Amino acid sequence: MSRIVVGPFNRVEGDLEVGLEVVDGQIVEARVTTPLYRGFEQILVGRPVDDALVMAPRICGICSVSQSLAASSAIASFCGVEPARNGVLATAIAHAAENLADHLTHFYLFFMPDFAREAYAGAAWYAPIEARFRAIRGTASATFLPARARLLEIMGLIAGKWPHSLAFRPGGTTRSLDLGDKVRARAILADVRRFLERELFAMPLEAVVAIADLDGLDRVAAGEGDFAAFLRVAAATGLDRIGLGPGRVASLGAYRGGGVDGGLLFAAGVVDTASGARAAFEVDRVREDPAHAWFAGEAGPPGRAVSEPDIERAEAYSWAKAPRYDGEALEVGAIGRQLADGSALAQALVAASGRTTVAARVVARLVEAARLVAAMEGWVAALERGAPYAQAGCQPTDGSGVGLVEAARGGLAHWMTVRGGRITRYQIVAPTTWNFSPRDGAGRPGPLEAALVGLEVGEAGAAAPVIQHVVRSFDPCMVCTAH
Amino acid sequence: MTERRTSLLWLQAGSCGGCTMSVLGHDGAGIFAALEAAAIDLLWHPSASEATGAEARAILESVEAGTTALDVLVIEGSILTGPNGSGRCQMLAGTGRTMVDWVRSLSARAGVVVAVGTCAAFGGIPMAEPDPAEATGLQFDGADRGGALGAGFRGRSGLPVVAVAGCAPHPGWIVETLSAIAAGELEAGDLDGLGRPKFFADHLAHHGCSRNEFYEFKASAERASDRGCLMEHLGCKATQAVGDCNQRGWNGSGSCTDGGYACIGCTSPAFETARGFLTTPKIAGIPVGLPLDMPKAWFMALAALSKSATPKRVRLNAVSDHVVVPPGRAKRSPGEGGEG
Repeated sequence: MSRIVVGPFNRVEGDLEVGLEVVDGQIVEARVTTPLYRGFEQILVGRPVDDALVMAPRICGICSVSQSLAASSAIASFCGVEPARNGVLATAIAHAAENLADHLTHFYLFFMPDFAREAYAGAAWYAPIEARFRAIRGTASATFLPARARLLEIMGLIAGKWPHSLAFRPGGTTRSLDLGDKVRARAILADVRRFLERELFAMPLEAVVAIADLDGLDRVAAGEGDFAAFLRVAAATGLDRIGLGPGRVASLGAYRGGGVDGGLLFAAGVVDTASGARAAFEVDRVREDPAHAWFAGEAGPPGRAVSEPDIERAEAYSWAKAPRYDGEALEVGAIGRQLADGSALAQALVAASGRTTVAARVVARLVEAARLVAAMEGWVAALERGAPYAQAGCQPTDGSGVGLVEAARGGLAHWMTVRGGRITRYQIVAPTTWNFSPRDGAGRPGPLEAALVGLEVGEAGAAAPVIQHVVRSFDPCMVCTAH
Repeated sequence: MTERRTSLLWLQAGSCGGCTMSVLGHDGAGIFAALEAAAIDLLWHPSASEATGAEARAILESVEAGTTALDVLVIEGSILTGPNGSGRCQMLAGTGRTMVDWVRSLSARAGVVVAVGTCAAFGGIPMAEPDPAEATGLQFDGADRGGALGAGFRGRSGLPVVAVAGCAPHPGWIVETLSAIAAGELEAGDLDGLGRPKFFADHLAHHGCSRNEFYEFKASAERASDRGCLMEHLGCKATQAVGDCNQRGWNGSGSCTDGGYACIGCTSPAFETARGFLTTPKIAGIPVGLPLDMPKAWFMALAALSKSATPKRVRLNAVSDHVVVPPGRAKRSPGEGGEG
């Protein structure tokens, strides 16, 4: 048996260390460490309520809008303000822009460069993939970065800037868009659509959204574009058979007010990936367990928890606590969102093994990207001229509540308690807190810890590219994980 | 002639990664092209480089040993010295060493150390009370000289820590600073007293604000999304905060104040110590924070005068989220030009 440590694990957002035990070239145990702690939950306590809108987004530079919205939703949950319709739409547009940017950043800058590694130099598919996706020097990043910057110009119109905007309030958004702004938003989305239809999918977005089964994916794989190239490499490297998820996925529901009936664009729910059974997500079933984290205390509901660092805690190996739902680990992310929303393709992707896989996660992310652009176009069209973007805010003095949003990487929840206009408790469970959790008090591993077990790494050990693929398939955001 | 190239290593200390996200949004051909145009070789960047695990450790060790020459060390994020001075709030993954240890060690090898973002410059948001991770900046602890490297630290080139402050900084501030360093154009005299490059730090965020007419007449926004000046009621510190924020676009055309919300002074040391960011603190109805270098009595007299002279158009538009009264049309003679 050999024990190996993989780190610094880069091309993820933030700091990550993975400890592995390998027997006969196979991983038999994994421990996932979040090695960074800043203490936002402690910083927020004692502050005026609205300061959460300043502090919370700064937890994370890559999903700051999601963090803003979780804080704003937590406030709204107990102060009863009804946001302006235009503000709801503008929020959805900006939030989708961030999530879309994150999905694409993951694909182009974080995930695909691993297939340009020397370890694959002998593969038949290698040469064009290497030229396209080589980190920093590949042709894809040269094409993608300007497209990404163009997409984020949506933030300049709606949110002032990105990351770390103060535009998102319980009552709506702070900048009204006039006719010229609306036309500019439309033009930005047209450019984004053009990039996706030319470079990523090489087909109309509507055709991507219509893919309903694995045969449909096979037809795409025979074509042009980066998505097709990924599908071919995924088939050649068996990405549809590795990185198996925990068997349950969840979504907290995405884009409130963005659905056809003014409800959610993507439904909430908990899905058993083997049976396909779907149930409602009930936030009261969430517990966080610090048994293997550098925090004092016992497992309990986040709404009643505090974060008190204890660097000497025995058995601790991470700054992340272990969230559990009915006592079990959950996977979150685009695949969870699409399964909870009833996507036929997502169901087809997990049908073979009854589990989520590396390939399923990446495909779900990219197909969701196509769905998002179509939704954003609709939301821009629905912006009503002359109507308000924000209702008057609220100044809650006492109350408690929870804000639930779907960040790019999955469900994000903020629990907040306020007394006398000051925050008295603040707890955050982020997507990667779920996916990259350490063990809980019962010794049950987190989703990544379980997904790595059984992986064949052979002689390469820590250098085996499959480790990179499995870890990055979750698109971890480590700065959110332990905050 | 052989092109002089500049080696650059980028590390993320106690950061949110937002400075990297900002610079990835650099306009034109993108950040990698911009670095190449400045003849900068990226030794390693945690978000961008292929090298991982042992490969990345080898790069860091080679720099630390002096085998690989390091011209520019970029640190993003606060330096975390907690808990209890141990630095264990951030271990550099895979190395068994604290990030503060790595930062000090690698800084000793660097030609220039650049703090990207207010966290690395001054401590920033993680330093906010109760400062759980015992955060500090590279050469400042809030507004006080010192920090992780100490007041006397100089890079091999002789420069103190260059502080590209901002939370997050404009991508242009980062790229222009790094490019100027690579070209040998950034000198000690180009930095202000806090190490911030003057090309952006000699301006105020207020300069070029699209709300300037409302400011002139003290026609103030009363709630979020109003078009009026954000200073009197909604917490705006743009008249006290450095940065050419309103002289260049953020994400295309944006800025904080154009986006409808207050400047929170994110380029300043200790900006995180504020309480109630979105409400202007007042004493006897008068905002506490007035423009940096304006005599208070003068400001009050001018404010009273301009308030009394506020046109109806400005007064009404200030408390609306769209223009309710357009600029008036004057009677003009042929050949005079202008609206008419």
